[in-house]
Amino acid sequence: MMLVTILCSVPVSALIQPQVGWKATRLKQSPSLPPQGGCPNFSLFFFFLLSTIFITLTPACLATKDTPGDTKQDLSSMIAQGISGLVRPLLSGLKVSKTHFVYFCKVTEQNCIRSKQVSRRGFSSTCKLQCASGESSSADPVTVHFINRDGERLTTTAKEGESLLEVVVNQNLAIDGFGACEGTLACSTCHLIFEKDVFQKLDAISDEEMDMLDLAYGLTETSRLGCQVRIKKLMDGLTVRVPVEVSDIRSQLEVGKQSKQ
Amino acid sequence: MAAPARVGLRRWLSSRAPAPRICVVGSGPAGFYTAQHILKHHDLAQVDIYEKLPVPFGLVRFGVAPDHPEVKNVINTFTHTARSDRCAYYGNVTVGRDVTVGELQQAYHAVVLSYGAEDNRVLGIPGENLSGVYSARAFVGWYNGLPENRDLKPDLSCETALILGHGNVALDIARILLSPLDFLRKTDITDCSLAALACSKVKRVWLAGRRGPLQVAFTIKELREMINLPGTQPVLNPADFTGLENAVKDAPRPRKRLTELMIKTALEKHREKAVMAQAAVPRQWGLKFQRSPQEVLPTADGMRVRGVRMALTRLEGSGDSAKAVPTGDMEELECGLVLSSIGYRSLPLDPAVPFDTQHSIIPNNLGRVMGVPGLYCSGWVKRGPVGVIITTMNDSFDTAQSVLEDLQEGVLDVSVSKEGFGAVGSILRSRGIRPVSFSEWEKIDAAEVARGKAAGKPREKIVDPQEMLQLIGH
Repeated sequence: MMLVTILCSVPVSALIQPQVGWKATRLKQSPSLPPQGGCPNFSLFFFFLLSTIFITLTPACLATKDTPGDTKQDLSSMIAQGISGLVRPLLSGLKVSKTHFVYFCKVTEQNCIRSKQVSRRGFSSTCKLQCASGESSSADPVTVHFINRDGERLTTTAKEGESLLEVVVNQNLAIDGFGACEGTLACSTCHLIFEKDVFQKLDAISDEEMDMLDLAYGLTETSRLGCQVRIKKLMDGLTVRVPVEVSDIRSQLEVGKQSKQ
Repeated sequence: MAAPARVGLRRWLSSRAPAPRICVVGSGPAGFYTAQHILKHHDLAQVDIYEKLPVPFGLVRFGVAPDHPEVKNVINTFTHTARSDRCAYYGNVTVGRDVTVGELQQAYHAVVLSYGAEDNRVLGIPGENLSGVYSARAFVGWYNGLPENRDLKPDLSCETALILGHGNVALDIARILLSPLDFLRKTDITDCSLAALACSKVKRVWLAGRRGPLQVAFTIKELREMINLPGTQPVLNPADFTGLENAVKDAPRPRKRLTELMIKTALEKHREKAVMAQAAVPRQWGLKFQRSPQEVLPTADGMRVRGVRMALTRLEGSGDSAKAVPTGDMEELECGLVLSSIGYRSLPLDPAVPFDTQHSIIPNNLGRVMGVPGLYCSGWVKRGPVGVIITTMNDSFDTAQSVLEDLQEGVLDVSVSKEGFGAVGSILRSRGIRPVSFSEWEKIDAAEVARGKAAGKPREKIVDPQEMLQLIGH
């Protein structure tokens, strides 16, 4: 039945000009921006075409008894991954809006059997997409607002227990250079400024965190490192500020000068 | 203008102009962060990164200590950038020799110089060239597998080492010299260095600086690590810290905490000293303040170092700008190994690029090289060899911002199309230079990781560039 899937996919892929060596570019996603115009209608057509194939084939595959060893979830995830493998070059070739692609990938990733466990101490920066594990579906998401360096407000939801660094990475928030050391207390790039009342309710800061925070630009009395602060229910509606770096102040001044000329 | 509208306008503008081609010279943090920022904020720009070694990442690979692997996590984001569509890596290309900056400027709309600091400051004192005296830069390069330092063969057969300097590099070296071998065995320190350290007789390391405790340049995390190093005892003289508790009462938190940690360590260890005096603590390290090296003293046969004559100083002024003035008193410190850790230094790359020889940086304004349109700089070659990765990151974003502004304002004329590597590739071919691509680096990377696996190390670095090139069939 895998052969059937492949054979059905061949005519589809023959219609597309495959992009050789497609590579994932860092997704620049900001919830406040409208999706970039590309060829949305074209992409939606292929999305529905491939989804139709997926929906048609999956019950057929599951109904066969050819491979007794496979589980139902194995098959559907394989098909999903196969389709996303086809879709990636397609979307790249058509220069489709990146937010559409992210949405699609989230659909396929949810078919993963194992959720990608993000360890407390660190995680790969290539793990950009969050797999829904299903285990925390009972927890209410918490809303968090990040005020970016240019004043832009980025609003997102987070799960209890997630660190603020994990939130930024998993939600792909457009904060430059955030989390360079990937949460291992070896830098201060995830420095965030909290409101006083929330700051006082955070878990106590360790010496190790304070050591790295000491090196951060724009240190305030309500500063913490995002990788060490974990979401709690009481943080619903939390607003944190990304500190303006020395270079930001200078570049803002410079742009101001130019616009006056 | 509201941020989304500004971004939208930028996108609209960039989608109607030809693709700008940018060249970055140097593949360390400065080069990669500059490239990353440009690629992220311009939808069409193509960035080519050139590197003189076959392998990328600069000081992240060759400067960060082997026992600080978390700091090297930035390599993941750099790898992501290098693999992206609009970025290309060209290793084994020495700009200034294989291709000139002028030739790069003809091939690209903008050239960013991020080649860092490959040299070091010199003491300028007699005896500096005696056997047994090394620059910290060369020593760090040696244990980190930098090809040019692979034959250093430092003599570790003496008991006392003296490191001149109070920065993080000085602490790194002290820590590598005194770390239990088991700690180092599982790191990516080179096999050769590990073997040398296994035979090392060094059991006492002094870190001497010209000024006082309030002027130390190292940071608290590294100091704490040194204080807690198993099998070692810190030796800090309480007399050096008299009155300092008061002096830092109102200082900014970082300086205050750092000083308080030194004070605490000095007082604690002093009390315990009597108890531990006869204890078999195998290794010691200590901080010496207000000592300025005047002469490296030779052994009787005049061949090697036997000690350093130091001038005792007093401080004029306070804080970061305090100056060390000799008092006239001298002191001799016996040692068999001297490591000069007084700063890295950039070198001029190409006659076409202005260079400030006094400060050893490229004169610039917000990363725009003075007097040369289309030429930029970022990282240590721009600001001087100071700071940790976040400093370089912010600085690189700063320069990238200048490039983006110049693209937007039309200061960089992208209506003239440039060939980029199309032109440079032919030049290199005609000179017999074969660049190393990023996927070829990944083959070298895989080989290093495989070799390390057998020994339980994250990698076994290849230190011979010829071996690297042979591995990829060049």
